[in-house]
Amino acid sequence: MTKDLRKAEFRTSDGIVLERVYGPTADDSADFRDRIGLPGEFPFTRGADPEMYRRAFWIMGMYSGAGNAEETNKRFRYLLSQGQTGFSIALDLPTQMGYDPDDPKARGEVGKIGVSLASLEDFELLFDGIPLEDIRQIRTTANAISPLFAAMVIAMARRKGIDPGNIKLFLQNDVLKEYVARGTYIYPPGPSLKHSVDVIEYCASNGLENWTPMSVAGYHIRDSGATPAQELAFCLANAMAYFREAKSRGIEADRFAQNIWMFLAGDINLLEEVAKFRCARRIWAKLMRDRFGARIPETQALKIFCYTLGGRLTAQQPLNNIARVAIMTLGAVLGGVQTLATSSYDEAYSTPTEESAAIALRIQQIVAHESGVADIVDALGGSWAVEALTDQLEDRVMAMLSDVEERGGAVACIESGYFQREISGAAYRHQCEVDSAERVVVGVNAFEAPEKTKIHLYRPDPEIEQRQVARIRALRKRRNQGAVESALAALEAVARSGGNTIDSTVACVEAYATTGEICATLRRVWGRYEDRIVF
Amino acid sequence: MKYAPLFGVCGAVTKIALYSEGAGVGQRIRVLLAKPGLDGHDRGVKVIARALVDAGVEVIYTGLHRSPEQIVRAAVDEDVDLVGLSILSGAHSALVNEIMNLMRDSGLAAIPVVVGGTIPEDDRAELADMGVAAVLGPGDPMREAVRLVKQLARPH
Repeated sequence: MTKDLRKAEFRTSDGIVLERVYGPTADDSADFRDRIGLPGEFPFTRGADPEMYRRAFWIMGMYSGAGNAEETNKRFRYLLSQGQTGFSIALDLPTQMGYDPDDPKARGEVGKIGVSLASLEDFELLFDGIPLEDIRQIRTTANAISPLFAAMVIAMARRKGIDPGNIKLFLQNDVLKEYVARGTYIYPPGPSLKHSVDVIEYCASNGLENWTPMSVAGYHIRDSGATPAQELAFCLANAMAYFREAKSRGIEADRFAQNIWMFLAGDINLLEEVAKFRCARRIWAKLMRDRFGARIPETQALKIFCYTLGGRLTAQQPLNNIARVAIMTLGAVLGGVQTLATSSYDEAYSTPTEESAAIALRIQQIVAHESGVADIVDALGGSWAVEALTDQLEDRVMAMLSDVEERGGAVACIESGYFQREISGAAYRHQCEVDSAERVVVGVNAFEAPEKTKIHLYRPDPEIEQRQVARIRALRKRRNQGAVESALAALEAVARSGGNTIDSTVACVEAYATTGEICATLRRVWGRYEDRIVF
Repeated sequence: MKYAPLFGVCGAVTKIALYSEGAGVGQRIRVLLAKPGLDGHDRGVKVIARALVDAGVEVIYTGLHRSPEQIVRAAVDEDVDLVGLSILSGAHSALVNEIMNLMRDSGLAAIPVVVGGTIPEDDRAELADMGVAAVLGPGDPMREAVRLVKQLARPH
């Protein structure tokens, strides 16, 4: 080693030791072209589509939704007027956990990190005057309650006289990762897994081809401290658990997998992230073809939704986050993602203000229209460094994936706490590196500023909780209680029989049963999950 | 790093207690770390738990989604010297206020409470008025958490 280097060893976030310079290797021979393929061709390393952003830019969608339905509706109208082409509906925690606004467990949380959707009434207010059929993508953070969210969309569309199939709904509906990271689960993993697959089955059997019934998420796993390889491996392990369940119901991959997306983080280690997106597509294509019998290119080509990694943003010198997000955006675009949501610079503290959300969107628009990187497909393909990182990450992910399989698959690894332990170990190692300044974070452990930057933060209206409580209580008095009870009883019977719950959930929603009532019914059947505390 | 995890139930809370081996029993500081409310982000609290254990502190962690009542019960039952609350959902005002009142009612007014999470600068004064001893935010190093615990906790 030369003595005058900055570091003894240069490593990526995943710990891959970097060469000084990359060049051709022994296997850069005839099979190189087959290994990476061409954009739009198996194994889709270079892109899911032959034209990529020369056809259309990625979908620019931002995290939004806070307070109550009316307030979120106003925010949506503003963002649409600013040129946003898709949006996400962030839900508050009581909604995500299946509690009504007047439940004691909801105290202080109503409308805090997203919108409160306690019944079909809130849903109708949320979408009032929004041209639903024109929006390129409507996403939601619903997971444990994704089947309920789907039912609400179906009920609302029917009421408006719209074909639900014409709404481009994008559900997260990846409940398994909730046990691994993020923690918004309701029922135990076994029944929850089946509940999530109910949506896949429903879409496949009802011709809802515009719907994304699931986007398997590595994002939250990463944000909990996982390395890039863990992000992909654990996410893929969860995906395989859902696909096996679908297969056991006789739903073949070619009937649904074209509508399954992967939700990944966009971190700041630029070249490694580009490699990660490329390697995700390659592994997916091989798994879908070889293990799930996917025959058509659409079911082999992975579509990626990327959200820039919130946990990488700093509370110190918050405006620096604009630069960070710009680099993350470049990585996502050079990596060929289909949808991108960018974090606002105030994300370390709260959900965005209108101003900070607009700046985050501008970052994407600058990369799209000014940087030129969208005009070449897979511009970094063939870079010796990026190809080497793509290969190395693939090896790491495949090794982890077979380890998970040996441990009995995703549900077994959740129940044993394996995933959680691996991730919290990685998080602790990362924090030790930051604390010792071995890993420099500008403004946090180096280049600190004496004065704190004052930023204006989004404040949810404190009255929202009371208004939501009043609204849900008024609704309960107004509705036909007999109809609610019989719809809930029918749902309970279906859940006990192990049948698909979607139709009977739609019936509950149409009778104005509340989120809390529907989830309490299913909790009675399936039980409640207590987290497995592991370190 | 060695842990001797102990699983058990106290105050209707599934808990895990962590010790690092070798520290003298008796003088060890006992800390309750808790996640009140519905927030499921536990990266921070777990990192802090490990840092405290490595510094010779005994940690009892409640796991996710605990009610103020459960947390205060656990603090009483476990006879802890300090309570750490981790909240990243923005619901800190309501939750902390409730916990502080319950602690007073349970005779724990002298036990220091530290809040960690995404607490905006402007909310710190409000939490201090409620009796919160210190607030840790994003970017604060683990050694700051250890320093605070050692400074504030009085083993009894």
